[in-house]
Amino acid sequence: MPATYHLSHLRTLEAEAVQVMREIAAEFERPVLLFSGGKDSIVLLRLAEKAFRPGPFPFPVMHVDTGHNFPEAIEFRDRRMQEIDERLIVAYVEDSIRSGRVVEDTGPRSSRNALQTVTLLDAIREHGFDAAFGGARRDEERARAKERVLSFRDQFGQWEPQRQRPEVWALYNARIRKGEHARVFPISNWTELDVWQYIAEEQLEVPSIYFAHDREVFERDGMLYANSPFIELMDGERPFSARVRYRTVGDMSCTGAVESSAATLEEVVAEIAATEVTERGQTRADDRVSEAAMEDRKRQGYF
Amino acid sequence: MKLPKSPDVTASNGNGQAAVATDGDSAQPHSAGQEVFRRLTERPADLLRFATAGSVDDGKSTLIGRLLYDSKQVLTDQLEHVEQASERMGHDFLDLSLLTDGLRAEREQGITIDVAYRYFATTQRRFIIADTPGHEQYTRNMVTGASTADLAIVLVDARKGVLAQSKRHAFISSLLAIPHVVVCVNKMDLVDYDEAVFDAIVEDFDQFAARLEMPDVTFIPISALLGDNVVERSQAMPWYEGPPLLYHLEHVHIASDRNLIDVRFPVQWVIRPPSSSVADYRAYAGQVAGGVMRPGDDVIVLPGGQRSTIAGIDTFDGAVEEAFPPMSVALRLADDIDVGRGSTIVRTQNQPTVSNRFEALLCWMSERPLDRRRRYQVKHTTRTAMVGGLDVRYRIDVETLHRDASATTLELNDLGRVHMELSAPLVFDSYRRNRTTGSLIVIDEATNETVAAGVILDTEVEEIDTDAKTERSPNVRWQGTRVTRERRWQALGQPGATLWFTGLPGAGKSTMAAAVEERLIAAGKSAFLLDGDNLRHGLNGDLGFDEAARRENVRRTAHVARLLADSGTIALVSLVSPYAADRELAATLHSSDELEFLEIFVDAPLELCEKRDPKGLYARARAGELSGLTGVGAPYERPADPDLVLGTLEESVERGVERVLELLASRGIVTD
Repeated sequence: MPATYHLSHLRTLEAEAVQVMREIAAEFERPVLLFSGGKDSIVLLRLAEKAFRPGPFPFPVMHVDTGHNFPEAIEFRDRRMQEIDERLIVAYVEDSIRSGRVVEDTGPRSSRNALQTVTLLDAIREHGFDAAFGGARRDEERARAKERVLSFRDQFGQWEPQRQRPEVWALYNARIRKGEHARVFPISNWTELDVWQYIAEEQLEVPSIYFAHDREVFERDGMLYANSPFIELMDGERPFSARVRYRTVGDMSCTGAVESSAATLEEVVAEIAATEVTERGQTRADDRVSEAAMEDRKRQGYF
Repeated sequence: MKLPKSPDVTASNGNGQAAVATDGDSAQPHSAGQEVFRRLTERPADLLRFATAGSVDDGKSTLIGRLLYDSKQVLTDQLEHVEQASERMGHDFLDLSLLTDGLRAEREQGITIDVAYRYFATTQRRFIIADTPGHEQYTRNMVTGASTADLAIVLVDARKGVLAQSKRHAFISSLLAIPHVVVCVNKMDLVDYDEAVFDAIVEDFDQFAARLEMPDVTFIPISALLGDNVVERSQAMPWYEGPPLLYHLEHVHIASDRNLIDVRFPVQWVIRPPSSSVADYRAYAGQVAGGVMRPGDDVIVLPGGQRSTIAGIDTFDGAVEEAFPPMSVALRLADDIDVGRGSTIVRTQNQPTVSNRFEALLCWMSERPLDRRRRYQVKHTTRTAMVGGLDVRYRIDVETLHRDASATTLELNDLGRVHMELSAPLVFDSYRRNRTTGSLIVIDEATNETVAAGVILDTEVEEIDTDAKTERSPNVRWQGTRVTRERRWQALGQPGATLWFTGLPGAGKSTMAAAVEERLIAAGKSAFLLDGDNLRHGLNGDLGFDEAARRENVRRTAHVARLLADSGTIALVSLVSPYAADRELAATLHSSDELEFLEIFVDAPLELCEKRDPKGLYARARAGELSGLTGVGAPYERPADPDLVLGTLEESVERGVERVLELLASRGIVTD
């Protein structure tokens, strides 16, 4: 066969992700795409365009807003949504707190990250969504290495590793009972570098905090956090200015920055390719709580 | 084979990816960044998926850990975690198997629960490892992990030789048509790196593999624990002239594994923007499952049989001149024909089989064994159909390859050959020819569980058992016709439909159905009564009255009704049809073909039926002359949600006919 029938690994991953999105859109009644303004969900949004244009998305887009997001991410989210002209639903953690559905921790180490779970599940129930696309990848963390592309949650939004269905070929069994829903991860097989390489190839815009910028930060447990109204300083913690960038866009209270001078997509790709620490280990305090931190959160319904 | 001095892995400490050159001073981040970026984009790597199978003690996790560690894919924080955990477990060495273990339960029980995926890359290729465990659920897990693999690694412990388990893995690899197999003879350090031990294992394995279809098998002697021939070439085995494992993984030729001959395009989704944005745009989206498609190609849409030409191949990035596997694209056709999800677009001169009957090998994946009384669905490409018949021909012992023809069911981790009959036709190839159009899953309707994975066999090539339980027609091509259903119905001035009258013997089904038929004919409509008793004189004359025969009776009658409805006639079926599942099957048979099916429950108390007893059946049953009469010796399952209930105790035949006609009018089947 002529060598021209060759698809690069990135385009192969893209074609597979598009297949997943079309399959889910066809077999579920009310899917939703979760969008945080972070790089993984930026890729998801592009993949949805690849799958359904020139038609409209057969689902709305939803963001769970902790109220502690980076303003750059929110600004980007709104601009991007306007560009693609699709419907955005915002579910606010603030509303869950006000209605008493969740109680906010206090103190310097508190974070709203865990509260998102309740807000997300409430929103899924309220809108009757039966499938939610997310940007999780299996290379992020060891518990995720075993997660399916189609991950079933019971009526309490919980994940039972033992009850997951076998996933063979690209044949997804989309049958669920009323009240249950599925999380769908079209970019399961992508690595952090794949995501960046794809963003570069597709020339996708990302929030400015992914690039090196000067920021007021302080050091805690070997990580750099933004000095913000959402996080209380402890004794001995002193803010200083540093040239940093973010590898993930999460809640300001638990997402750490890395020192970096990478100011362009090319430089970010090169930096990721040379990095010595995994993405989550470097920048997410929420995973450091215990060795099995991610697994515990998934069981509760986290992404 | 000539080898590079050191394996072709650059200093790759990226997150599962190829990396920057570390030699020299990296004080110029800009040029280094551009250099890495250029290298990553200029030569796009391809993707190799491989599956590893093995049990806890044959060193599979250690092998994967070694591949990742020696190819410098392990990042600082992961390594720290392994160091800490090794220490806690009291090891005096770095336990590389800990790199790949995932869930807490596994760490506690020391087993691997499920398939785990790992990612790494070298400058040559990007790899996805499906790491499957080897404990008691081995078959199910390996099938799951290996279904899409390009290559399988089978581990053999050098001290133990080719055990049952290695044979099992080889057999499953062959069953799943994995194009390349690497047999790693591990723990060579424990047999003094003895060439004779290796040779004996190779011979042994070859003997077994000769009975399987395995196109490409490579043997490599390794020590995963010490790293011999994994990434680095072993100094301890100069007699081995082949490449180390990683080199082989990087260079094995996979481009020609795809089927680029037979065009197969299962439609997933119809892209149809609102006419306000793009005028009259309609495209059929899917992933190419085989062949190379180009605009201008003559195509046929199956199972319908409509012909057209590819007008264009669209992607988000614009139209393309060619589409080949595994591209996801959208096709525009030259003609306005009926194409939807579940259709498969193929070239006119190269067509797959269209049939609702086929032979398959199933791997049973559920703890609940195969039970013919349960209701199953099959998902195949983008089509789903109900399972009407599922006969186990034999079960295969995966270690001895022995066929047990006495098997009637399949249990968890069993492999068996079955004959399947579905409510609607599939568009398929044999799995050996196409892994996408030849694979399927079986779903239990009650639990929604995926209970089996299956591969469709090429029955024209493979032998058909002569002692088969039932004689079946071979796969028959679904004959497309030029006249569409719409044109037929238009000519008749009415749509076809099936009215299914169910109820106890003596409830008044036949009376009702006959009266409705008479009224319809009088009104100039085309209607035809299929009476259960009458059919038993001819079409169903070979059937008795046990459960299986009753089901077959319903099945045949449903098929006849469907043909009548398709032809534009209103089929009136009068049949006891006591089992809900059988009626459901009849309904699905129609709905999957987009035909109206109305279930009419003729409800009369048993006492009344017995009193009427038009055929003297109840009297004979009470007298013990007749066994298994529905209502007396056999159950009748009342319809849960019928379209209409007729109570023949309280209403007259005339009133009943009126209500049936009202129903037909409300569904748009009979107008005026």
